[in-house]
Amino acid sequence: MEPVRFVSDRAMDNLRYIRETMERATPFTGISGRGEMTIGATALIATVIAARQPSFKMWVYTWLAEGLFSTLIAGWSMDRKARATHTPLFSGSGRKALFSLAPSIIAGGLLTLVLTRAGQTTTIPGMWLLLYGTGVITGGMFSVRAVPAMGLCFMALGALALFSPAAWTNWFMAVGFGGLHLLFGAIIVRKYGG
Amino acid sequence: MAKQSTAKQERKQDQSVETRAVSTKQKSAAPNLDRLIHERLRLGIISALAANESLTFSDLKSLMNTTDGNLSVHARKLEEAGYISCSKYFEGRLPKTEYKLTAAGRSALENYLSHMESLIKQMRNM
Repeated sequence: MEPVRFVSDRAMDNLRYIRETMERATPFTGISGRGEMTIGATALIATVIAARQPSFKMWVYTWLAEGLFSTLIAGWSMDRKARATHTPLFSGSGRKALFSLAPSIIAGGLLTLVLTRAGQTTTIPGMWLLLYGTGVITGGMFSVRAVPAMGLCFMALGALALFSPAAWTNWFMAVGFGGLHLLFGAIIVRKYGG
Repeated sequence: MAKQSTAKQERKQDQSVETRAVSTKQKSAAPNLDRLIHERLRLGIISALAANESLTFSDLKSLMNTTDGNLSVHARKLEEAGYISCSKYFEGRLPKTEYKLTAAGRSALENYLSHMESLIKQMRNM
């Protein structure tokens, strides 16, 4: 039955090729602009709450909670967008984006532990912004231009934060996780819908 | 040894009968296969244009990861068949070539898609 399988495989391969080409050619992002804007708004609230914390440990916990909350918002909003556009949430590009972002998030988590133990807490916000930016850039390589552009802005801000006084930390966090998400979320909504 | 060679011959005969049966079915499944878009690069061009209102020559070149010469040859074939339309204009001082999928091109892609689907269905039912 080899020839049967061959013909069937060729036809399936052709259909897959058409779908992948259309996916690559479409100016579509599975990332929800509204979701990004919501994350930006919650990050601004988190900045205010974190700035009022008495210790650095509590400051980190506030941002970790915000990180978890943002992940839930991102997942929920992407799922909603996928349902609205009748596209699978974990289609080729969505899956690639997730796998590209995950390593830098894991690296960021590990480095936070190491730097906290070493007492070099002032470098943590810059490192977060920098690593989040690299993850967004690599993940965004399979998405619309606004996504890697946002990653680049995060990287630039992170690099600046690493060489700036510790007193500016909350401003960098507000501008980065708050401002950049709001700005690029709005761009995604306006240019790519949803 | 004699038994083995007889068994081999029988198996070969079986296979050739099977292959003939398959090729007959293939022929019945692929009488109207559009050879023009069956070629990989041309199929890619049509698919990319189906997902966009229009694409420039350089957009298509980077999407298809091909050379200027190769792309222009295949794009011309599609244009001659009336599957895509081509317009040239200047953006500042730079000349641009823009391609669009025509109604004939879209229906050719739809026919090709349903053709592939029916081929898969037929092979599954065998």
